[in-house]
Formats: sequence, structure tokens, C-alpha cells
Amino acid sequence: MGLLLMTLLTLVIGASPASAATEVCQPDPQTACLGGTIRTSAGEPAVGVELDVAGPEQVAAVTGDDGRWSARLTAAGDYVVTLDESTLPAGETLRDPAANPRTVSVVLGSSAGALFPLGQPTAGGGGGGTDGEGDDGATAPPATGGEGGGEPGLDTAPAGSSAGGGFSWSRLAQQASAGIVFGTLLALASVGLSLIFGTTGLSNFAHGEMVTLGGIAAYVFARTADLPLLVAGALAVVVGAAAGWAQDAGIWKPLRRKRVGLTQQLIVTIGLAITLQYVFQFFFGGSSLRIVVANPPTVRLGPVLITQQSLISLAIALVVLGAVSYFLLGTRVGRATRAVSDNPALAAASGIGVDRIIRLVWTVGGALAALGGVLMGLYLNATAWNMGATILLLMFAAVTLGGLGTAFGALVGSLVIGLVVELSNLVIPSDMRYAGALVILILVLLLRPQGILGRAERIG
Amino acid sequence: MDWPRILTVVAGELFAPTTAAYALAAIGLNVHFGLTGLLNFGQAGFMLLGAYGFAISTIAGFPIWAALLVAVACSTVFALVLGIPTLKLRGDYLAIVTIAAAEIVRIVGRSTALTDLTGASSGLRGDSYKETFQALSPFDDGTTTLGPFTYSNNASNSWWIRIAAWVVVVLACLLVWRLMRSPWGRVLKGIREDEDAVRSLGKNVYAYKMQALVLGGVIGSVAGVFYVLPRAVQPDSMGRPMTFWIWTILLLGGAATVFGPVLGSMLFWTVLMLIKTVGREVIPNTIMTNAQIEQFGWIVVGVTLMLLVIFRPQGILGDKKELAIDVR
Amino acid sequence: MSAETLSAALADVPRSPGAPKPDPILVADSVTRRFGGMTAVDVEHIEIQRGAITALIGPNGAGKTTLFNLLTGFDQPNTGTWTFEGRSLAGVPAARVARSGMVRTFQLTKALNRMTVMENMRLGGARQPGENLGRALLPPLWRSREREITEKAEHLLERFKLLEKKGDFAGSLSGGQRKLLEMARALMSDPTMVMLDEPMAGVNPALTQSLLGHIQSLRDDGTTVLFVEHDMHMVRHISDWVAVMAEGRLVAEGPPSTVMADQAVVDAYLGAHHDTDLGDDSLLEDEAVTRQLEAEAQAEDTERAHEKEQP
Repeated sequence: MGLLLMTLLTLVIGASPASAATEVCQPDPQTACLGGTIRTSAGEPAVGVELDVAGPEQVAAVTGDDGRWSARLTAAGDYVVTLDESTLPAGETLRDPAANPRTVSVVLGSSAGALFPLGQPTAGGGGGGTDGEGDDGATAPPATGGEGGGEPGLDTAPAGSSAGGGFSWSRLAQQASAGIVFGTLLALASVGLSLIFGTTGLSNFAHGEMVTLGGIAAYVFARTADLPLLVAGALAVVVGAAAGWAQDAGIWKPLRRKRVGLTQQLIVTIGLAITLQYVFQFFFGGSSLRIVVANPPTVRLGPVLITQQSLISLAIALVVLGAVSYFLLGTRVGRATRAVSDNPALAAASGIGVDRIIRLVWTVGGALAALGGVLMGLYLNATAWNMGATILLLMFAAVTLGGLGTAFGALVGSLVIGLVVELSNLVIPSDMRYAGALVILILVLLLRPQGILGRAERIG
Repeated sequence: MDWPRILTVVAGELFAPTTAAYALAAIGLNVHFGLTGLLNFGQAGFMLLGAYGFAISTIAGFPIWAALLVAVACSTVFALVLGIPTLKLRGDYLAIVTIAAAEIVRIVGRSTALTDLTGASSGLRGDSYKETFQALSPFDDGTTTLGPFTYSNNASNSWWIRIAAWVVVVLACLLVWRLMRSPWGRVLKGIREDEDAVRSLGKNVYAYKMQALVLGGVIGSVAGVFYVLPRAVQPDSMGRPMTFWIWTILLLGGAATVFGPVLGSMLFWTVLMLIKTVGREVIPNTIMTNAQIEQFGWIVVGVTLMLLVIFRPQGILGDKKELAIDVR
Repeated sequence: MSAETLSAALADVPRSPGAPKPDPILVADSVTRRFGGMTAVDVEHIEIQRGAITALIGPNGAGKTTLFNLLTGFDQPNTGTWTFEGRSLAGVPAARVARSGMVRTFQLTKALNRMTVMENMRLGGARQPGENLGRALLPPLWRSREREITEKAEHLLERFKLLEKKGDFAGSLSGGQRKLLEMARALMSDPTMVMLDEPMAGVNPALTQSLLGHIQSLRDDGTTVLFVEHDMHMVRHISDWVAVMAEGRLVAEGPPSTVMADQAVVDAYLGAHHDTDLGDDSLLEDEAVTRQLEAEAQAEDTERAHEKEQP
């Protein structure tokens, strides 16, 4: 099993002390060597890690500058190797805490290895969960903006957004434009969340995964299938719509029919979000996926430097949002949707096919979320399995700010949140910028729970 | 296949410190959700605050009891700050506020602006704060083998932390058992059912909810301390997913039961370990890499959570007649 | 107090809305509550006689339940003051209102379905030290009070013919039994005044008589009763005094025999029947429905814009 681990875990390299040029231990008929190399999740040697080898003999070992440790033993038998986790470099933990301590059989005249792979605390082992934010050490680290620890989607500095530095008017303009672009894309992603809440009352914690799905589908079509970007994006939106339709048909409609309560459904969305996140990770790994490989060309508009992609994304988003507005205001189905959102019971009693409207909302919401995911993936320069999850709370903030369940509120709220996120860079460290949006979320819930555009009565 | 080894590893999860920490966190959540019906989706935030409070004050030279007090105080303040405004609002508002607040704690904790205090995203090294706890151990240094299990006596993933953590879990179970069967617990149960009815009977619903929020949060912060004692304080490992695992554990074992959280935690971690170890043995690397086997484990968790909530919301130990997940 | 002494005491009270009573237990002044643009309650003055059964009647939407909610602290008025036994209760939270001796029931029964009948009753008990978090941990501090509460609960359950159900979940009771349970639970704290919101709604006729009996015996034990009811037979049968509300206002008061003949009351009831008739078949046609909903959505948009000014 140890050998199997050794081959599987790409992190740990060169365990056998047989090649121990730098080590003193050489097996001979009277001695055996036990050792290994410990590397951090980033692949650097872990220095100064203490190990205890106990069995017929007791020996202590410390890793050297190259991360290697070895113990010279003169008695054969089973040895228990214990790694003192407190001596690991900061932030490092064993990838598999259950494998510490481990037992190794030692035969005189030979070398044996005991491996302790490190990873950012992974969602695993006895080690407790992360959403895999600590990337699995086996996969390439995400292309984060050097802010460490996962969240590829979020921490990637968007093109055109500048971090650090003091205040200047041009910086303000730069940040504000980034905020508008981000807010518009956020709006695209959140309209579905808002409509779904409005028509069904469900807070959908798996909405982020619909966004991710769009990004990843675009990645697959553009990179794996090598289709032109526009075609890939369009196909991704179709996939999103289909996924929204299928979700409602396969899960939510049966649950509504079963009269499963909304809180229960909320927890089901959490389960679904977890499932989908790890399904994405299962197939596409934990690293960032770039939909477009080339670095996008930039355009200068007055003081603002912006990528062409962002401008095109912005245009597409505005057109689509306009279409959605027309749909809600100018078409019969759209008005029926608003009627369901206002009072489902009344709408049902008056002959509107509430289930049909809800199915439509899921489909459209899925398509919009997917489109948001595609554009967001282009804007952030990469997508990843957790892109949607990282902006989920921002979407909630936007939707709540605008008034839960009101589609237009979601638009306004998204713009505000986008601006807050990008402009807060000017005053607080950029790795805290999402906190600002969440503070707003909390304040809105407390002070004006019906949101900017919401109705007072719905709350209570 | 090396079954004895697999079984040993899996059985080791039954009483691992992590299992105890999660059981404790789920007991805290049980006070919130199972007893009172509060939708707290920020339990990991309580744990992270407890962990920071304990670790930072220990590093600053506090004795262990003072450091624990700091941890408890942090979570109490957090509960009050969250509860004062939200407990009067609808239930799902608390859910969104707690999940956002826990994220804020994590984001601020991992920010480079606080590197000196929290170590930013790489966190705080375990050996910088575990000394005082290890010094309390009555055992000699070294390792002890009991049956197939060999652990060090005091260092890190030790027998000592197992003993201490499980003693605390037992005490917390006793506390919950006592409270559930008291008039205080009866009021909470009434609140879970219909708070207006309880209000009409002259009970200060708001104060009861606040007490439950603080109590569950304090238990959560102690869980956070035990969670980080065998490892490091790593803000990114204590985010939303941790909260979701705690929910899964609680719903698996059974909300509103005394032993549900403990049973849930044991099952959760042993089954995960079983999937992982067996998967590594059985499934060739070409079909699923080790990382994928791990992810498969979490997919199983997600699906389990969905199925549980739909088909058996009362969990393994719960009574369907007494528990409804839906709260107002 | 018996019905005779009461009618003697109330004999001289003028038959006009807001009439002063010889011994009022509850006095309310200029209580208003608005929802958006609609005024749900606008009561200038009302007094409730101590020890009497007062019925609060009126057509649907007259604001009776809203007034109940305001007086018991379950809703906040836009303006208004009121006193209960001489103490001001305006702005006092619902739980404190209940503790001061004014306990209510609800139109939609709030029996706690997943608790047993006995647990429901015990929850109504007052002064249980074990309801304090610290003392809950030490059973000796609350066991004796628990026994007293249980005894009282059994006594009340027996009176309400629910004793053999005491171990059952409240959810397994019939609607009428749940009403009874809710009333019995309200009596656990020996309130000086009970406010019953439609005690007869959904109760099967077999139980009605015993419910009426219970309400009368409450009065005979000295408890003040204020109740909202639609059933005029019941109102006539048991109430000592009737107050009539319409469109949020108090429009008439008097003993049941005279108030029913009051022109204002007749107008209030007749006037209320101009409601849209939802039985109109043409409304069910798709086009008409969509049009109606559109109109409503539009109306709400305007309303929403209007409400933005509200905090």
C-alpha cells in the first residue's frame, strides 16, 4: 500500500534512500535505511519536519534542506513512523492524516520508504473539508493572483482591474469601469436566482454551479472540441438552458409535488451544489481552465484600459438583459411570470400554468447563468470548478439588495455590488474586497429586508 | 487487498480528533437547528473564530484557560452581533446572514493585511499554540499502541487530544440531554414549532433564541479549538464546505437527538475513509486517480445530503413525528 | 360575576361607539394601523368592561384581527395608546403583554403539533424557574414547580375533556380539539383577560356547545373575555356586550339584543357585500385572467413606487 501511494502521489518524489547521495545512510548487511522526502503542497522541500521512528529501536529524524529525512536502523522488524504535524511548515497539513503514524517493515540490508504527502488541507482524509479550495496537491495550482489558497475565480485579478497603489482619479475610473463590467456580468448570472426565488420561494444555493457549468461548457467546446468562441459560447448557453430545464424536471418539480418544505429544498440545493462542484472537479480537476489561451488585446478609452473581450462581453450582456426586460414587461408570458412571482396562489387560481412558468424560469435562469458563466470566465481570464460558488454570495447580495424576487432589483443590485467590489479596492486590501459586498448584504437584510426595489409587505 | 490495514485506518476514524471536533460542532448546530429551529449556515465561522481566539491569545502568552475564554468570548460576541438584528427577522434571513458573516471572518482572516496576527492564508502553525494544551497531558512523551492503533501520547495527533476531545463531546452530549429535558428545552421546542404561539404564552422568544444561538456558537468555538489542535489554523479549510459537512453530519445522525451528531460524525468520516482507502486499493490509477477517488467521496456526500433531506429528514436517530425541517 | 349583575352594570352605558364603561379593564385611544395606502384599523376610543364577555364583530376585513394583534403586541400600530388594568401597554412586546395577564388565541389554531398535549399545556405555565437556562441544568430547582404545573394542566385538561389525550401529539387532535387545547393552554397562566380570535371557526357543532360553556364559565370565574366571532347565534347567546367594527372603525356598541338592530350595523354588513364576485365564470377565461393579473401587476408597480418612501 505504501508503494502504491508512492506511485500515486506525484507530490512526493524520490523516496528511496538508495540514491541517498546527500544522506549518510547506506544499507549494508547490518543496517537498514528508512527515509523519505517531504515536500510542501507547492513542491518545495519541507525543512525541519520532525519524525519519530519507533520499533525494535527508537530513532528521531529531521528533514534537511532538501526535505529528506532518513533513519539508520540496525534491527529488522516493524517500525512505527510518526510525523510531528506541529513541525510542518505553516499552513501545511498532511494530505491524509489517517496515514500518520504509519507502520513500515524493515529488512536489514535494504531501504524502505515512509511517505507523508502534504497538501493544502484537502477535502479529505480525516482532515476535514474544504471545498477543495486548497487545491489537491496533485493538480496544478490555480492561476490565482498570487493571493494564495484557491478561489481561482475570485482571486484572479480581472483584466483591467488594478490592485494596490494609492488613490488617483484615473484609478478610480479604472476601478469603476471594472465594477460596471463585473456588475453587469453578475446581473446576468443573478437574474435567474432572483426569478427562481420569486416564483418558487427557493433560495437556490446551487445557482453558482449553473454559472460554473456555463464556463466549463464553453471551455470544453472551445478547447476540447476546438470550436470558434462564439459557437462555443452559444452551445454553452444551450447546455445551461437544458440543465435548468432538467433540474426542474428531475428534482424541483417532484419536490414541489411532494410538498417538501422550502427549508428542506434549500438544504437540497446545498447538497446539489456540493455534488456538482465535485463532479466538475472530478472531470476537470482543481485548476483553472482558460477558455481562451491568448491574452486578450486591450483598448484605451480615455483614462480606462479595458480588454476587447470585456467590451464585447458588456455589449452582449446589455443586449441580453434588455431582451429579458422586454420579455418580462412586454410579453404575456413575461407578465404571467411576474404574476406568479407576486402571488403564486392567485395566479394558479386564475388559470395560469404555474408549473409551466416555473419550468420556463428555470430554463431561462439556467441559460442566463450559463451565459454569465461564459462571459465571467472570459472576463476573469479563466474558469474553474468553483467559479460559481465563489460568486454565489455576491449574487445573493445583489439579489437581496435589489429586493428578493424582483428581476429588475437584481440588475440594480448587481451593478451596485460590482461597483462596491471593485471600488473597495481603493480603500481596503484587494483580498478583502468581497467582504465589503457581504457586509452590504448583511446590512440590507437588517435595515431594508425588502431591498431597494422590493415591496414591504412580502417580508414578515 | 490489505483488509486489516484498511479496517484499521477506517476504525481509527471512529475516534479521530477530527471526528470529535465535527461531532462537537454538530452538537452546537443541533442546539441551533435541532432544538430551536435556527438556520445557522455559519457554524464554520464560529469554529474559525474560536480557533483564532485560542491560537492568537496562546501565541500572545495567555495560559490555556484564558485562551479558551478568549475563544468562547469571540464566538459569544459573534453570536450577539449576528443575533441581535436577525433573530427578529424571518428564518431564512438568519441563514444568509450567518453564511455571509462566516465568509467575512474567513476573508478577513486570510487577508494579507492581517498577516502578523492570523498568518493570512497560510494560517498559524500548529506548534505555535499547542504547547499549553500538550503540557496539560498526564502522559509521558512517546507512543502508545492499543490494539491496532498506535499514536503518540502527546504530540499533535495524539492519544491525549483524543481523550480530551471525546471527554468534551460526552460533556456536551450530557448538557444537551439535560437541557432538552428541561422546561428551557421545552420552550425552545415550542419556538421551533411556532414562535408566535410561544410568544402568546408570555415567553420572551427573542431571548431564548439568543441564548440558543450563543450556546451553540460557544460549543462550535470549542469544536474549532479541537479541530486545529492537531493541525494548523487554516482559514480556507474552515469555510462554507465545513459548515455544509456539519449540516450533513447533523441531518445524517438526526437533528433534535442527543447522539445524532456523534453518530453522524463517526459515520461520515469512516464512510469517507472507507471509500477512499478501498478506492485506492481496488480502482486502478488509470481509471480514477487518487484525487478523483477523493472527489468521488465528496460527490457521495453531496448526494447523500440531498437524499437524506428528501427521504429521511429526521436522520438515523430522529423521530419523524417530532421533527420538521421546515421553519418559519 | 354573574350575568345579572353585569347586565345591571352595563344597563346605563350609552349605546354608542366608544362608550365609557363603569369598570373598564382595557382602554384604547386613537389606535390606527395602515398597510400601504389602506387603513386597516382606526379606532378612536374603546373600553372593555371587566369581567364581561365582549364580542367584537364585523364583516370580513373590518380590522378585528388586526386590532387584536395590535392590542396584544403582535403588530405595531402607526399611532395609539392603550392601557390594561391601568398600565400602558403600547409598544410592549407580545410576551410581556401575555405575562401581564392578557393572553390570546389565534384564528388559525397554533397548537404545537409536534409536541404532546401535555407538553403544550406545560408550556403555558407561568413562573417556571426551569425556563431559565442556568436553572434548567439543576432539576431540583424546578421539579416541584413542574409538578404543580402538571397538576394544573391535568385539571384543565379534564375540564376541557382532553385528559385521555394528554400523551398524544397535538397534531393528531381534531380541529375543534386543538381549539380547545389552545384555550386550555392560554388558561394555564391564570390570565385576567383572554382574547379569543374566532374560537368557533372550524369547530364541529358537537363541540360548540361545550366551548360556549367553557367561555361562560370563564366569565363566571371572573376572567374578562374579548372574542372575535362571525357566528351571530353564538354572539347573541353568550356575550354581555357587543362592539361592531367596519372598515377599521368602531361603528356601534351595545348589548347583543339591541346592537343587531342598529342601522349602522346593518349598513356595515350589507355594505360589505359589494366584494368582487369570484364566482363569475367569465373571469376564469384565460384572456380575462391574464388581463386582470396584468392590471394587478401594474397596480402593484405603482404601489411599490409609492412605498419607496416608507422606511
